[in-house]
Amino acid sequence: MSADGNGPNLLEVRGLTKIFGSLKACDNVDLTVGKGEIHALLGENGAGKSTLVKMLFGSLEPYSGEICWNGAPVRIGSPSAAKKLGIGMVFQHFSLFEALSAAENIALSLDDQTPISTIAAKAQALSYSYGLPLDPYSVVGDLSVGERQRIEIIRCLLQKPELIILDEPTSVLTPQEADKLFETLERLRSEGKSILYISHRLEEVKRMCDGATVMRHGKVVGHTDPRKETAASLARMMVGSEVHAVVRDAVEGMDKAEPLLEIRNLNRKPATPFSTPLKHISLNVRAGEVIGIAGVAGNGQGEFFEAVSGEVTQQDAGTIRIRGKDCGRLGITGRRLLGAAFVPEERLGHGAAPRMKLSENLFLSRYATDRKAFLAPGGIIKEGAIDSATQRIIEEMDVRKSGRDPEAAALSGGNLQKFIVGRELDRRPTVMVVNQPTWGVDAGAAAKIRQSLIELARSGSAVLVISQDLDELFEISDAIAVMHNGSLSNPLLRAEATFEKIGLLMGGAEPGHADHTVEVV
Amino acid sequence: MRIELVKRPQHSALFCALSPFLALGLTLVAGAIMFSLLGKNPFHALYYYFIDPLTGIWDPGNRWQLHELAIKAAPLILIAVGLSVCYMSNNWNIGAEGQFIAGAVVGSIIPVLLPGFQSWIVLPLMLLLGMAGGAAYGAIPAFFKVRFNTNEILTSLMLVYVAQLFNDWLVRGIWRNPEGMSFPGTIRFSEYAILPQIWPDSGRAHWGFVFALVAAVAVWFMMSKTLKGFEVKVLGQSPRAGRFAGFSQARMVFFAFLLSGALAGLAGICEVAGPIEHLNEKISIGYGFTAIIVAFLGRLNPLGIVAAGLILALTYLGGESAQIAIGVSDKAVRAFQGMLLFFVLACDTLIHYRVRIIRAPAVKTGEAAQNA
Repeated sequence: MSADGNGPNLLEVRGLTKIFGSLKACDNVDLTVGKGEIHALLGENGAGKSTLVKMLFGSLEPYSGEICWNGAPVRIGSPSAAKKLGIGMVFQHFSLFEALSAAENIALSLDDQTPISTIAAKAQALSYSYGLPLDPYSVVGDLSVGERQRIEIIRCLLQKPELIILDEPTSVLTPQEADKLFETLERLRSEGKSILYISHRLEEVKRMCDGATVMRHGKVVGHTDPRKETAASLARMMVGSEVHAVVRDAVEGMDKAEPLLEIRNLNRKPATPFSTPLKHISLNVRAGEVIGIAGVAGNGQGEFFEAVSGEVTQQDAGTIRIRGKDCGRLGITGRRLLGAAFVPEERLGHGAAPRMKLSENLFLSRYATDRKAFLAPGGIIKEGAIDSATQRIIEEMDVRKSGRDPEAAALSGGNLQKFIVGRELDRRPTVMVVNQPTWGVDAGAAAKIRQSLIELARSGSAVLVISQDLDELFEISDAIAVMHNGSLSNPLLRAEATFEKIGLLMGGAEPGHADHTVEVV
Repeated sequence: MRIELVKRPQHSALFCALSPFLALGLTLVAGAIMFSLLGKNPFHALYYYFIDPLTGIWDPGNRWQLHELAIKAAPLILIAVGLSVCYMSNNWNIGAEGQFIAGAVVGSIIPVLLPGFQSWIVLPLMLLLGMAGGAAYGAIPAFFKVRFNTNEILTSLMLVYVAQLFNDWLVRGIWRNPEGMSFPGTIRFSEYAILPQIWPDSGRAHWGFVFALVAAVAVWFMMSKTLKGFEVKVLGQSPRAGRFAGFSQARMVFFAFLLSGALAGLAGICEVAGPIEHLNEKISIGYGFTAIIVAFLGRLNPLGIVAAGLILALTYLGGESAQIAIGVSDKAVRAFQGMLLFFVLACDTLIHYRVRIIRAPAVKTGEAAQNA
């Protein structure tokens, strides 16, 4: 599409197909990336973006189709073959050793015997020249997620790639860190490098990319120039239909409602050398309100969730109060019996047992609260009652699945998340704590989950949502607090909060000094 | 051409049922190869292993063979049923042999030290003491795992040798029968301390076999119908989801080890109070280890374990008859059992994966291109 007339395009993909069992993950996909182009690959989760990229990077082998590099057909059999061609990749999930330094991590990915000091010097020079300052001798475990991403990018750039593939790079960054990344990308473009930019954030795609390929259900649904599109028209291409906006009514007199969840000076020592300590966290969530907790991943959200849910208990019973009752020493079952419900970040293996059926996974979190309905004397399980409750939730949340009662692992991420949220909503909990409610969930399911959380709050419950997705928090929260390095800021009311203020707090600005510009470290 | 294992979206119910039979079939084939390498006629050998001990089914004169089968199967089933709970909860108790011996030793305290105490209550007390001894011995690796995060595979296995040597020391030392012609072993138990036979007229199978069946049904019920069984499965498959459910990992470690220890201890005292009638240095023929194979061959399902226990008991009897009839070493039994475990575990892969053979290179175009 672009860069015509300058010889062949850097990368041309024609009719690429990959089949997993009966699923066509990629179906006859075409993609063209010109020299010096930032090209966006857009699509919802499960649209086939990752599969396509894995074939380009040599970690998956295509079933049929052709990949042309500088006009010549190539076969990319392994990631090292891709690297030799000049394709570099920065993954969404980093592959770094936390106990090693940045330079050592970089050295591990290089094949040659270059001494660490040379690598460190090169990496440092490169990092400064691209505006991504990095101390090569810092230990990865001590670094923020943004800094770890820099290591990945530098590691990729050291191999002098012609094409850099970035998989959802801004999903772990504060807005300010993302801005810096965009500067770097523009710099690379001006040097004639090409970038394949995978994202589902439409605004940044519109802002930066020269061309876009939109995928849906494994097929390419369009090639377009994102600058000529609106965010809404791109979203329509991605989703295939209009996404219903979440409706959120403002409520009067929220500050007079009673707090249902109270957290007073919660501290927690790090359980492992690489987990974050929690420092003096205090927060009230009142009946009828949704409070959002923003923050870059790895700033203590997981530790906070474990402490609030009771998977890890506190010394002082008054640290956590649910419906006015001290419950710091109660485990998760005791807190559930007080009316609280919890949805953890990880669906498979934490919120649900992957190899168990949906009905068993319903029983998993509700055997104590619904003891009367689900258990006969002697601890005998009433399978009929559990089955009908399961079907009720499936219908209520519109969970799509094959078979009547499949294993949790057989559901798509979005559908399993709808089930896990629905499992808790079905109890009408008084307090609901959700960590990353729509992480990796398609737009339709995400809207459904967000709307149901708002409705739960409006019916008189207290809802606490921890999320890395700022758009989501602005959509559903009445107030937003920010977690950074184990501390929690005071909540900002929705009316007062802006992306910029929240972004600064996410980057570590002192609460109350949000107008002060801080260099993001 | 290459072979790929492809993960199934759901586990295959067909292979879940088929895998033990597939494993048995492959073991027979591999066994036949082993016997021909030993220079024996494989069909004769397999006949003596698997058919000859069962002639009692159609020949009333040989009905005692079925009793012998029940005697060998009883401890295997009892131990394996307990181990299935351990393995389902992801606790790798390899020390059932030691818990078996501990149960036998503790259960023998009354008949050995108080031979004059003769009453109907002696036998029930012995059985209870046997269970308590096995459970207490199983509690040791459980405690180490919970308190110090030790690997229970190592600790439970090492404790087997401690139990064996302790028992050896007892029966050669302070518990030795003074009228036993210096043979290691305690005094013969009194009639009140002997486990009765089920049908004394046709053979010597004792009530241990009934205990095994009762334990299998009870544990099957617990595992499939009750909250406790659910807890075992969740913590075994997905410890974090188990913690999210509010179940305690530490309590589960103790529960699994105490239950399997108690059942192994019961098997131990039944063996001593049943067919042997006194404690000696060779009360076990490796029941605690063979039961691991039984547990897996039975798919960790207590009802499947009953069938698997009978099959493994058959290899013991078959080993004896093959040794007598065609002179195969009794070590061949161990090789058989090992192959069986190997094939069972290998075939279980097919439950979660399917095999795909890829003949042609996947990419149809672009093969001639450079790989730069």
